[in-house]
Amino acid sequence: MASDDMARATANQRTAVRIAGVAVGMLGLAAASVPAYRAFCQVTGWGGTTQRAESGASEVLARDVTVRFDATVGKDLPWRFKPEQQSQTLKIGETGLAFYEATNFSDAPVVGRAVFNVSPAKAGAYFNKIECFCFTEQVLQPGETVSMPVTYFIDPALADDVNLDEVETITLAYTFFRYDEGEGGGESVEAGL
Amino acid sequence: MADGQTGTATDAHDDHHDHVPPFFVRWFFSTNHKDIGTLYLIFAILAGIVGGAMSGLMRLELAEPGVTFLTSFTGGDEVAAANFYNVLITYHGLIMIFFMVMPAMIGGFGNWFVPIMIGAPDMAFPRMNNISFWLYGASGILILLSIFAPGYGSQIGFGGGWVLYPPLSSTTGSPGPAMDLLILSLHLAGASSVLGAINFITTIFNMRAPGMTLHKMPLFAWAVLVTAFLLVLSLPVLAAAITMLLTDRNFGTSFFDSAGGGDPILYQHLFWFFGHPEVYILILPGFGIISHIVSTFSKKPIFGYLGMAYAMVAIGFVGFIVWAHHMYTVGLSVNMKAYFVAATMIIAVPTGIKIFSWIATMWGGSIEFKTPMLWAVGFIFLFTVGGVTGVVLANAGIDVYLHDTYYVVAHFHYVLSLGAVFAIFAGWYYWFGKMFGVQYREILGVLHFWVMFVGVNLIFFPQHFLGLQGMPRRYVDYSPGFSLYNEISTYGYYVMSVGMLIFAYAMFDAFFVYRKKAEANPWGEGATTLEWTLPSPPPFHQFNELPRFDAKDSKAF
Repeated sequence: MASDDMARATANQRTAVRIAGVAVGMLGLAAASVPAYRAFCQVTGWGGTTQRAESGASEVLARDVTVRFDATVGKDLPWRFKPEQQSQTLKIGETGLAFYEATNFSDAPVVGRAVFNVSPAKAGAYFNKIECFCFTEQVLQPGETVSMPVTYFIDPALADDVNLDEVETITLAYTFFRYDEGEGGGESVEAGL
Repeated sequence: MADGQTGTATDAHDDHHDHVPPFFVRWFFSTNHKDIGTLYLIFAILAGIVGGAMSGLMRLELAEPGVTFLTSFTGGDEVAAANFYNVLITYHGLIMIFFMVMPAMIGGFGNWFVPIMIGAPDMAFPRMNNISFWLYGASGILILLSIFAPGYGSQIGFGGGWVLYPPLSSTTGSPGPAMDLLILSLHLAGASSVLGAINFITTIFNMRAPGMTLHKMPLFAWAVLVTAFLLVLSLPVLAAAITMLLTDRNFGTSFFDSAGGGDPILYQHLFWFFGHPEVYILILPGFGIISHIVSTFSKKPIFGYLGMAYAMVAIGFVGFIVWAHHMYTVGLSVNMKAYFVAATMIIAVPTGIKIFSWIATMWGGSIEFKTPMLWAVGFIFLFTVGGVTGVVLANAGIDVYLHDTYYVVAHFHYVLSLGAVFAIFAGWYYWFGKMFGVQYREILGVLHFWVMFVGVNLIFFPQHFLGLQGMPRRYVDYSPGFSLYNEISTYGYYVMSVGMLIFAYAMFDAFFVYRKKAEANPWGEGATTLEWTLPSPPPFHQFNELPRFDAKDSKAF
């Protein structure tokens, strides 16, 4: 009887350890979902994530697309930030050049970082940027105003995607947030409250 | 069908070993599955009173348009009253889900009856069972503290809804410690549930009576087994999501903060990867309870036993791949929506198998409408209504219109508040005599059922109309055009409150006035599972000699 009890206790412990391993595995998967989600959005363009390209498109189609420009400033950033043109209409595959203007009206140098996406979100996979001020952090000296370029084109593959047949306008949106070296955004947001 | 069963009412062997420890040791250091089950049930009743009182405050506020009733708590301050309303909806949801339904179904009935039904003397890890319960106690204290801790500015508590979406739950929307306490409370509740789930899985896999294979095991044990797997697979994901939220709030990370390159939508994915299985965690044990009751009171074995067991497995599995149907409005591509619509609708198939099998069990049976059976049939009806509105909401196109309206509120209250809670009451009346050794007065149970049935339908049915008319959820105030159905809904709450008073009286009556000794098996030939072979209440330690089942038996109950 005693040895039966021992055998059962061992079997129970083995089962419990296995199930606990499953729970820990799920914890690990959930943690791994953070980089996986980011990579997934970058690759597929889901959620309006735009793409990066080294050079322009190989062909230019007859179809027109109007690109509208939007700018927002995070509430803790003492900047003015606006597009220098409201919209641009260009052919699919044609490379466009747009400018945004930013002014730092505080009396200290401020580092900003722009986050971006496009609307409708399904156009993200076809919106390619060759050059963009959003690729790096921007430093503005007190009172400084800069004009910042975006070089972009719409991938001709958009014309082959039936889900985007009705798309005539794509809105490119940027939001500038304060960027503090070595600190996350969460703390800098709180500092501005 | 079982030969050599011991531990029956006439067995003196058990009584000989029935050393019950003194009060404090018995109830505070308890390692006995039945005592821990009772503790969980008491915990669930207390939480149900708190959560139910909160819904009462909400219904009183919504009885007429304008910020009205709740201003009496805030000295006439309408902003504070609106915040209080938001706090009420948040904690009502969390308390009812985590501190009422889960402890009642899994901790309460699961602890009480899974070991007995599979012929085991106790759970596999009795001490871990004790830790699970007291972690729940600590978790309950933390969530109550959270209500009174500062949230946003001078407002107390967290009012961002039970889903805790950032940025409402980040330092932007709720900088105070209320949210941190809430996160820690959910950590403890989650740890408790995962430990409990490990315990149940080990018990069910390793400690079944000789001869009881998985395919001969009672359906309630099957239901708890599937539920335990859902807990183990889903709760760590919630734990990870709220831990990221905690580090975003306190340690400068930006998992869900777009200013630092994070994405608040990721939180919604993680939350619903947990949240959708969670709704099946809440209802699956109820499915098990209902199967037993329908079979008992139809005096027939359950129709399609294996189909019933594997329908639960299928629901559990598919429940993990449909989470984004809670997020149709975040900007998913049309192909993603098509997938989630299709996958969601597939759940109606195993659920339909269960509903039809319950009806087929009743078909041609010798049905007796005792109190538990009334609750069970009420459950089947209400759960089906909630299931139908669920199929409506599964359509992404319709959901864009109905998202975050009262239609959704009506839907999930039909499956949970009416479904899960009716299953809990069904189980309570079914096993009441078995657990406590005394019977309730039948007429009071019947009265409780009918008043509750009318009351909850009066509360929630008009909310379908409000949702279709476009009334959004989670607002303290509404346009006067919505006032008629809101008024009816609040009357329904009064009726339901009368039902709860009848319940309280029925319990007082059963324990202190009526005090009728419960028989070992009060339900007759239809009640075949092992708990009915033990006296009521069962001895402190049961099955000193294990029941044995023959390989020839088709089922071990």
